[in-house]
Amino acid sequence: MSYAKRCLLLLALAVPALASFSSWASESVRLDRVPADVKPNDTVSLQRGAHVYVNYCLGCHGLAYMRFNRLRDLGLSEQQIRDNLMPTEAKVGDLMKIAMDAKNAKDWFGAPPPDLSVIARSRASGDGSGADWLYSYLRGFYRDPSRPTGWNNTVFANVGMPHVLYQLQGVQVLKAETVERRFGPKEEEVDRREVVRLVLEKPGTMAPAEYDRMIADLVNFLVYVGEPSRGTRETLGIYVLMFLGVLFVLAYLLKKEFWKDVH
Amino acid sequence: MAAAEKQPVTITWAGPLNTPMSGLLTWVDQRFPMMSLWKDHLAEYYAPKNFNFWYYFGSLAIFVLVLQIATGIFLVMHYKPDAALAFASVEYIMRDVPLGWLMRYMHSTGASFFFIVVYLHMFRGLMYGSYRKPRELVWIFGMIIYLSLMAEAFFGYLLPWGQMSYWGAQVIVNLFDAIPVIGPELSQWIRGDYVVSDATLNRFFSFHVIAIPLVLLGLVAAHIMALHEVGSNNPDGVEIKKHKDPKTGHPVDGIPFHPYYTVKDTLGVVAFLILFCLILFFMPEFGGYFLEYNNFIPADSLKTPPHIAPVWYFTPYYSILRACTEDFMIFLALGIAAYVVLIWRSRATFGFKFAATLIGAVLIFFMKGPDKVVLDPKVWGVVLMGCATLIFFLLPWLDQSPVKSIRYKGPLTKSAMALFVVVFFILGYLGTLSVTEGRTIIGQICTFLYFAFFLLMPWYTRMEKTKPEPDRVVWKAH
Repeated sequence: MSYAKRCLLLLALAVPALASFSSWASESVRLDRVPADVKPNDTVSLQRGAHVYVNYCLGCHGLAYMRFNRLRDLGLSEQQIRDNLMPTEAKVGDLMKIAMDAKNAKDWFGAPPPDLSVIARSRASGDGSGADWLYSYLRGFYRDPSRPTGWNNTVFANVGMPHVLYQLQGVQVLKAETVERRFGPKEEEVDRREVVRLVLEKPGTMAPAEYDRMIADLVNFLVYVGEPSRGTRETLGIYVLMFLGVLFVLAYLLKKEFWKDVH
Repeated sequence: MAAAEKQPVTITWAGPLNTPMSGLLTWVDQRFPMMSLWKDHLAEYYAPKNFNFWYYFGSLAIFVLVLQIATGIFLVMHYKPDAALAFASVEYIMRDVPLGWLMRYMHSTGASFFFIVVYLHMFRGLMYGSYRKPRELVWIFGMIIYLSLMAEAFFGYLLPWGQMSYWGAQVIVNLFDAIPVIGPELSQWIRGDYVVSDATLNRFFSFHVIAIPLVLLGLVAAHIMALHEVGSNNPDGVEIKKHKDPKTGHPVDGIPFHPYYTVKDTLGVVAFLILFCLILFFMPEFGGYFLEYNNFIPADSLKTPPHIAPVWYFTPYYSILRACTEDFMIFLALGIAAYVVLIWRSRATFGFKFAATLIGAVLIFFMKGPDKVVLDPKVWGVVLMGCATLIFFLLPWLDQSPVKSIRYKGPLTKSAMALFVVVFFILGYLGTLSVTEGRTIIGQICTFLYFAFFLLMPWYTRMEKTKPEPDRVVWKAH
């Protein structure tokens, strides 16, 4: 084997070694994935998400980098935005800010509710996309009498936010169970693990599947708000790449033509 | 020769245009060395004809530099260097400025691609011995460009004013605290405050958009002038100037940069743009490596993120910094002692041996065993990190091989270089992760191997059996 090949082999061995490090990653939360049929260009889903956001979230969480009239991206007219999604005193070109005073909010919740303009981007991690995080978080609230708000969350432990949507989802509690896996007849061969899972104790006005769908739409909207120009970006990208493809062929032919006379 | 006596410029390729155009060119050329610049650097700069894939990255680096300056100009039109406004102004660019998102993504993707291109460009130099005599200064200018680029990237990274911007800058500036005596005052002077704040943001903005770009442009000019003075190296590492055509006086294996390499590099730029645009338009965050997720949270001086990692291009050095734990000091001392012994057994002059011993003794004196560390291991981490970047400067003198190119070097160099690449990747990867005991040990082993690659180079390049260099470059017309 030549030395060049040996070097390549060494590199090839190093790649799996690198990959195996990632399995040592620090403890992570298991996130549920957003259903695959929720598409970023589904305007019905986005409009519903916007509607839920304005009704349930915009009281405390602003979208301070987003303008109301940008929601035309979702297939709405300015009049529809004005009629359905805006507070009466706001102008259609205004930023989607909140009226709540940050200092008061801090006194009430321990920390002011964060602005959510780019939350779907900032919550991405090795565990999953920002959308997955939000989808899991908004479905992860459970009753916890030890917390000041009475609520806790499986994704965001000891979160300051109460479960705003509990009327829709109902009340979940955390149930601990022992799960057994038997590998043989002896007592040492039984693997017992404490597993906690969420159980719906008192149903809300929505069925679980219906609630999950609404959250998926809300998350879809937040992903859109995180980067409203994403659609334009991807469309433009296709045209740019097609242009570059043609340019590449021309540049290649030009180079070939000139280099003919190099001997 | 007085300017007015210069020969009239004739354009050989454009018949009908000849008269008015050449008149204008003559007028300009009699007042400005236009034709001689054109000839010296493009039309009559003879470059070896056997450049391969690795030779695209020089022109690509210039291309990315222009891209960064052009997009940067548009970003500065809308960006606000103010701690209260900076984060929002970036989002304003992303949403409200027409095509602002495009400028921003081009700039952020360009930053990462700049480092990819420069790392590949440097690796080319390493493979083909492009730093060897007479190109030492080309290499040194290049290294200063690399250091300036790191400074440019570091200052620029604070500007979006996200959590990683803020805490990354905090960690790096705090490193200066480790310098004995003047450290705390120095880091405070750099920040202009007790913590990273509005004052820091403003000065970093100034450095990022004016000071460092000016230095970079000057250095790039010096890098190219030095290169064109001595001529380009090539994958065979043989001098094309040895064989000149007796009639024309041009190297037989050389071809004019223009048009041959201008058309070839155009092809390179288009291929580069395809890759660049794939990332720019379809994955601008690149899985959190080009735009870190945490940086979408506005900077908060009261909330330290649990895990602070620099952007990927700094992570190899960050790993070396973190490798310096208290337990590591004894190994570092032993390493230095062993190296001094090695120097004594070498053919070096007595003066050199004496100086090496003195430096080694002083270094070991200041680290003295785990429980009596005179200087904090953190100081040594900073020193090691600094050395890891600066040691590249010594390459022209560390490489003692009779041949320049990897093609003719022996098995030791080939293995060492392969190992170095692996080590560099491992260090880079570890630098993105949080610290665990196992990772620290791997980081320490890799730190040793990193330095061994350089420090043992005079021995392994001389020991091994090399292949004979060809007299002329290896080239097959296609």
